[in-house]
Formats: sequence, C-alpha cells, structure tokens
Amino acid sequence: MARQMTGAKMVVQALKDHGVEVIFGYPGGAVLPIYDEIFQQNDIRHILVRHEQAAIHMAEGYARSTGKPGVALVTSGPGATNAVTGLTDALMDSIPLIVLSGQVPTFLVGTDGFQEADTVGITRPCTKHNWLVKDPAKLSETIHQAFHVATSGRPGPVLIDMPKDVQFAVATYTEPKAAKVDHYQPQVKGDLDAITKLVELIETAEKPVFYTGGGVINSGPAASQLMRELVDATGFPITSTLMGLGAYPASGKNWLGMLGMHGLYEANLAMHGCDLMINLGARFDDRITGRVADFSPKSTKVHVDIDASSINKIIAVDLPILGDIGHVLEDVLKVWKSRGRKVNKPAIEKWWKKIAEWKKVNCLAYTNSEKTIKPQYALQRLEELTKGMDRYITTEVGQHQMWAAQFLGFEDPNRWMTSGGLGTMGYGFPASIGVQIAHPESLVINVAGEASWLMNMQEMGTATQFRVPVKQFILNNERLGMVRQWQELLHGERYSHSWSESLPDFVKLAESFGWKGMQVSDPADLDDAIMEMIKHDGPVLFDCLVEKHENCFPMIPSGKPHNEMLLAADADVFKEGAALV
Amino acid sequence: MAALKIKKGSSSHSAYDLRDSHDQIERSHTLAVIVDNEAGVLARVIGLFSGRGYNIDSLTVAEVDHKGHRSRITVVTRGTENVIDQIKAQLGRIVPVHEVKDLTVEGYPVERELALIKVAGTGDKRIEALRLAEIFRANVVDSTLESFVFEITGTPEKIDAFADLMRPLGLAEVARTGVAALSRGA
Repeated sequence: MARQMTGAKMVVQALKDHGVEVIFGYPGGAVLPIYDEIFQQNDIRHILVRHEQAAIHMAEGYARSTGKPGVALVTSGPGATNAVTGLTDALMDSIPLIVLSGQVPTFLVGTDGFQEADTVGITRPCTKHNWLVKDPAKLSETIHQAFHVATSGRPGPVLIDMPKDVQFAVATYTEPKAAKVDHYQPQVKGDLDAITKLVELIETAEKPVFYTGGGVINSGPAASQLMRELVDATGFPITSTLMGLGAYPASGKNWLGMLGMHGLYEANLAMHGCDLMINLGARFDDRITGRVADFSPKSTKVHVDIDASSINKIIAVDLPILGDIGHVLEDVLKVWKSRGRKVNKPAIEKWWKKIAEWKKVNCLAYTNSEKTIKPQYALQRLEELTKGMDRYITTEVGQHQMWAAQFLGFEDPNRWMTSGGLGTMGYGFPASIGVQIAHPESLVINVAGEASWLMNMQEMGTATQFRVPVKQFILNNERLGMVRQWQELLHGERYSHSWSESLPDFVKLAESFGWKGMQVSDPADLDDAIMEMIKHDGPVLFDCLVEKHENCFPMIPSGKPHNEMLLAADADVFKEGAALV
Repeated sequence: MAALKIKKGSSSHSAYDLRDSHDQIERSHTLAVIVDNEAGVLARVIGLFSGRGYNIDSLTVAEVDHKGHRSRITVVTRGTENVIDQIKAQLGRIVPVHEVKDLTVEGYPVERELALIKVAGTGDKRIEALRLAEIFRANVVDSTLESFVFEITGTPEKIDAFADLMRPLGLAEVARTGVAALSRGA
C-alpha cells in the first residue's frame, strides 16, 4: 500500500528499511525537519559529533569494522563542506557511506542563500555518486539507490543533497524493493578462461607471491576465508598492503608482513624477485610500487579487481580478471582442485629458503633504550599485552601508523582501520569512536601521534557524552615525525615547521572532559600503564612520551625500486656523516 | 642489498615519484558515451577529464532518446593506448554512464561537424568567398551587403580547411558544434 509522508519522514523510514541502527551527525537549519523526525523515534540512534569531518570518519570506522555502510547527516553549507575531507578519504579507501546533507529550499538554490553551497558540485569528485533531490516524489527511491550504489561493486561514499522544502513536502514513499537499481550492476563473476589461465600459472610458478589489498576485506569475510584456504593449500607466500591487513592472519605460516614504502624487507624483496605475482584487490599504489620502471621486473602479473579502471592504471598486467574477489577465488579454488591441486613443490621450497634468508636481515630491528620509550617498543608491548583480546585498532597518519602496521598483528579482517589512500591526519580518533559504537564491548585503541590526534580532538566531548570507552594511545614525540624524517633524510636536516609547539597537558585535557588521563615516560612503567589503560571502563588519553628522533624503517625512498630499501643500519651510517656537519 | 644512492640533503627526491615517460604514440580517439540525461551528468564527464588530466579536443552532447532520457556525449580525445583504455574504464565507472563506445577502435567512424562561419568583406574578396563556399558545398544562411554567414558540414579537417581559406577573405567569426560520430555498418 502506498504510504504518504513528508520527505523528512521518508529519510528516517528509508534508513530503517535498510537496517541502519546508528547515524553520525550534526544539526543545522537545513536539516531541522529530519532532526525533528529523529527526535520522534527510537529505532535509529543518533551520535552527535562536534565537527562534521569527524562524523564522516566515525561512519567510516563503523563501516569498516562491520562491513555495513556508514551513515552521516550534515547540514547545508559549512556542514557539507566540512564533510569533504571525510568523503575523499572514504572514496580513496573504498568505504561505503551514505551521507545526507541539507540544502537551502529549492527556491533559494542559486541565490547565494544563507548557508548555501553547491554541495553536489563540490562533492562530485569526492563521492562515488551524488544526487540533488528536488522532487519529493523521488526522494525515497534515491535513498534506496544510494544504498545500492554505495555497497555494490567497488564500495564508496555517496551523498544525497536535500533542499529543506523537499524535507517538508509530502509524497508517496517508494519501498526499497520497488526502487530501480538495475542499470548499476557491476560484474562480480570472473571470466572462467582467465581463471583457468591463473590456475595454470599457479601450477607451474617457481617464485610466486600473493599481493593482497583492501579489496579482499571489502569483498566480505567469505573472501578472506577463501583466500586463506588458497594460500595455505598452495603454500605460496603472501604479503598485503596497509589496507589489506588482517585478511590473512599475521600468525599464519605464509605471512610475509606488509609491503611497500615502509613494508618488510622480505615482503618487498619477494615482490621484486617473484616470477608470479597474484594481486588480489590491491591497486599498485605509488607507495607500493616505488619506481614503476623497476617494479618486479621478472614476474608474470595477475590482477583480480572489481574496478576495471584499477587494472593497467599504473602497472601493465599480463592477466587481468575483472570480478569480485570472493567470487573469483571460489572459482579459482574449484578449478585448481579439479585439476589435482598441483603446485611446483620443489621450486616453492627453494623460494621459501630464499625468503628465509631475507627474513634473517631482521628488518624491524631497532636499538632499544632503558631511559626513553622507543615507539616501536611501546607498540610491541601494546601488541604483547592485548593480542588475543577482542581488539580493534585505528590509527592516525604518520610514523606511528607505519609502526603500528609493522608491529601489531591482525588475525582477522575488519579489525584494522586506517587512512591509507588519502592519508588523513585526524582520521583515527573519530574512526575509533565509530568502531566502538558498533562494538561496545570490544577493546578499541587508536594508535596516534600527538600532531594527528590534535586535528580532531574536539571529539572528546562526543566520547564522553555517549560513554564511548575508546583508548587513545598517543606516541608523543612532540614532532610531526614522518615530516621530520623526510626533512632529515632528504632536506638537509632543515626541520621546517615539523615540531609540535605549545602542546596541551594531555592529562589535564583528559580530565577536563571527564576522561582518564595518563602520562608515561619510563619504559619500566609501560606495561603497568598499558594494563591500567585497558582495564579502565571509560575513555583514556594515554600520553606516551617517546624518543623524539626515531625514524621509521625499513624505507624505500621515493623513486627507488623495492630492492633498494633503506634499513635502520644504513641510516646509522647516514647519520655518522651528519654528526660531523 | 644495493647501497643507498640518495645524497644526503638532496632535494631532488620529493614525496612523489615522477613516472618515466614512455615514448608511446598518442592517437586521437572518438568516444561515444551513452548517459542518463540527468542533472550534472556532463559535469561528471568533463570533471573526470580535467581532474585526471586528460585532453578534450571536441565535445558534443544532446539527448538522443527523449523517451528513455538518454544522451549521447561524443568526445574526441587524445592519448597513448594505455591512457585511452584508462579513460574508457574511468568513464565506465560513472554511475549514470550506460555504455562507452570507442568508435575509433570499432573502425574508421563517420564523423561530421557543423560550423557557421561569418566572412565580412566587399568586392573581389566577397566574390571569392562565395566561389569557395560553392566548392565546399557551404550554404549561405545570412547575407548583408558586407557579410555572409556560411553553414558548412563535414569532417573537422574540411571545416578547418574552409576556415583557413576564408581567413584572408575577411573571416570574422566561427561557431562550431564539435564532432558527432557514428560507427560504420550495422
């Protein structure tokens, strides 16, 4: 039966019909009708943020840790423009989001009205798709389409801009099933001939490596499961991008660790020296490839991706397979098993011996100290004391993010939330709130640097208000560590504006918001402090004062190939020269 | 492991690696993009070209199926084979895009453009302009004692040639539609 209702009511009804339990938002003039509807119901929980950028990051954290789309609601003008960074972040990392924005009434659109911005114009390049709904009769169908577009194919953020008069107007509600979504149906099944060809390559490869990315996680838990089965059954080594951590367990016997600019020596050399590279849902990002001309020169490259534009964008591949990772892996396993589960065992054993040699380099080695806390040590202790727990990790962006990727182990997908593509400082704290809202009983830790963390620190109020017990683990070096590192290595040690001046007293700051604040500077106190943080029932701001000049290694300097990695030992040689100057 | 070859303090390395430029041949391609005729769809297509640094040599757009609200965007672009493939894949990703046809790959397409060309002048030049217009099968669609407006249809090259000939004869203004194109055969 056709139901008549206002546009604002339709919004709430559509969200309910799509199973939305929580939305992150901030009210304002142009969304008041929707807020009025939110007030009059109890099915959907609204989390009031302190800044719209944080609302989007929270929705991202929620989405990435649940596999469900995240929903945010912002007002017109500044509300929408504040959402832009979050939208771009979600687009780069393929996170499904539905962002609802208010707009000035249709009769004021284009008149430079109060809090008017060309929201669909501004967000066109930073959303997968967006809509300005001028006709109330089309509003509910548009929302259904938005959910479909955000979650189908390569996921991404979408935005619906709704003028205020459309929210007030009454029209017929279209049920989700009646919405037309047929034209946007990305291909999920891979081409069987190509899959058979891949199986042939698997059967004969002598030095294979799986190179996996966020696409495996986006494809869903089943894809990760199938991938584990294939990796373990073939015995091939596997590495992953920053975005793909957890799809294969860090404790798994074939795990090489993360690859890329700050990836592990053995992972990068395996990529460089392999004869078969099987890329599952990764996109040959420039932080992964280094110098393109020298990228894995001798390998046959296979690329499985749901997005045709990712294939052959940066690296020309020999065998592209367009499709969803889960579907493709299912077929790969089927074909490979039916052909007798063959691999070139002696060659693979030899390959593993070579990898074992690379592992001996112990690329994550660092010089520990009894006086100051080394950031790597802090993360090792955090890992040791929390592994095995029901744990979710988010990060900000910088050195701490790379160290977290190197030193923390992820056993399952959807447990690691970080800003990969866009590299958004200020992502981690709000993302951790979004994760904790989705998983109220779990341990949610944001590994942060003090500079990134300050970028969205206003969300302390949100955490307090909604009793979100997130743990902010700040590796405080009073520096923009990664910027400082580049300046040291590449800009003649001219440390231009890369220190954190006038930092707050984090303990007092925490207490002023009703949080627990802690400060640790002695390595001997670290374990007890971490345990105290974990045990505290409420949000904790953990100010961990660490070595100020530590650099993050290994490192492939930009523009260098994988086999020209810089290790900590090289850096010491580097520094002896520096001491003389 | 190879020794680190970057010089300390060298500023030649930025955070971004400039890609090696492979000297591949750039070719012109005519693409037909079938889209839903909805608000902003042209901006999406154009934004893709400008945002990703692709060229647009010519662009035409009009609704071709009024009932289905479908528009046909004809884009003439230029690039290496890889770039053209990437452009097509990126276009295919836009949600209201139904189909991307590479008419150049499908075969040498029929390409036509219409231009209105104003030529001002008197005396011999005026007569010569009219004579050339006849050769090019251009029609006079407006005339005063000092000017003609010619309407000419043809390939972009033909229109270029005609405009070049009109230049010394008093070429005043040119308006061109851009290329409309169809593949040959059924």
